[in-house]
Amino acid sequence: MLILHCPYCGIHADETELAPGGEAHIRRAGPGSDDTEFENYMFARKNPKGVHFERWRHVHGCGKWFHAARATDTLEVFGTYPAQTTEPPEEILAHIRKRRPDWKGFQG
Amino acid sequence: MSEPWMPKPLQSFQGAVMVARHAPVGMITLRGDLDAAEMAAAVKGAVGLAMPAQRRIRSGKRGAVAWMSPDELLLFMDHDRAPVAVDRLDKALAGGHHLAVDVSDARALFTLAGHGVREVIAKGSPADMAPDALPVGEFRRSRIGQVAAAWWLSDAQTLHLVCFRSVGDYMFDWLCVAAARDGLPGFLAV
Repeated sequence: MLILHCPYCGIHADETELAPGGEAHIRRAGPGSDDTEFENYMFARKNPKGVHFERWRHVHGCGKWFHAARATDTLEVFGTYPAQTTEPPEEILAHIRKRRPDWKGFQG
Repeated sequence: MSEPWMPKPLQSFQGAVMVARHAPVGMITLRGDLDAAEMAAAVKGAVGLAMPAQRRIRSGKRGAVAWMSPDELLLFMDHDRAPVAVDRLDKALAGGHHLAVDVSDARALFTLAGHGVREVIAKGSPADMAPDALPVGEFRRSRIGQVAAAWWLSDAQTLHLVCFRSVGDYMFDWLCVAAARDGLPGFLAV
């Protein structure tokens, strides 16, 4: 069972109060991109064993989308942060590096 | 027991705690910039109360105002006053990005009273109902079973709950079953 801290309303929300939104920080392949780039944007998703950045919506609470950094193998939550960003904040990355020294870093 | 602005109960049940469903009450969803001075003035004009802090509810003689999300409030008042209040809010906030909608007839309001009100809710919700996690005056949006709901305690033994009217009958039945006599474990009793 996951418990994620909603950065908008401050509630430690149980997983059943949330709706999952898949991988975070996906960059849209817009006009001018070729078919491979668009296919990658549309369909290709990371499926790591370990550190993962995800979108979640506090659907049975304040209704806001936020981002979470967590480990898919241990369910450890490294932190959550507001969705108004294109990459994870430095304090989240620093915390992950501390917990997972062999982590290769954020790849957008 | 209930707040001054709450209408009389339509139906009630006495089990381990008392469960009552109120007659329709006026409710307005108000969205916009909660930090704006115009918003604070508009809320003051509508229910005579100051802006609530994060996750808090303020209640007075004319109504109540609850913090729903960083850009949303829920106003409570007499059912008859809600349409007029929406017009006034629209006038007060004209020119700014906002939304005021009369949702009175889309909502149901309940009151639970007794020693075990926290435990009745805890039976069906993932929300932490312990007194330090949900103090009196804190407005908690969560779910009961699969149904979205929000609640707050106006004192240690009185809980008020709001949900969609479409699931109001279900909610009343659910609360009555959860509040059955001798049905509370006594874990969160206050």
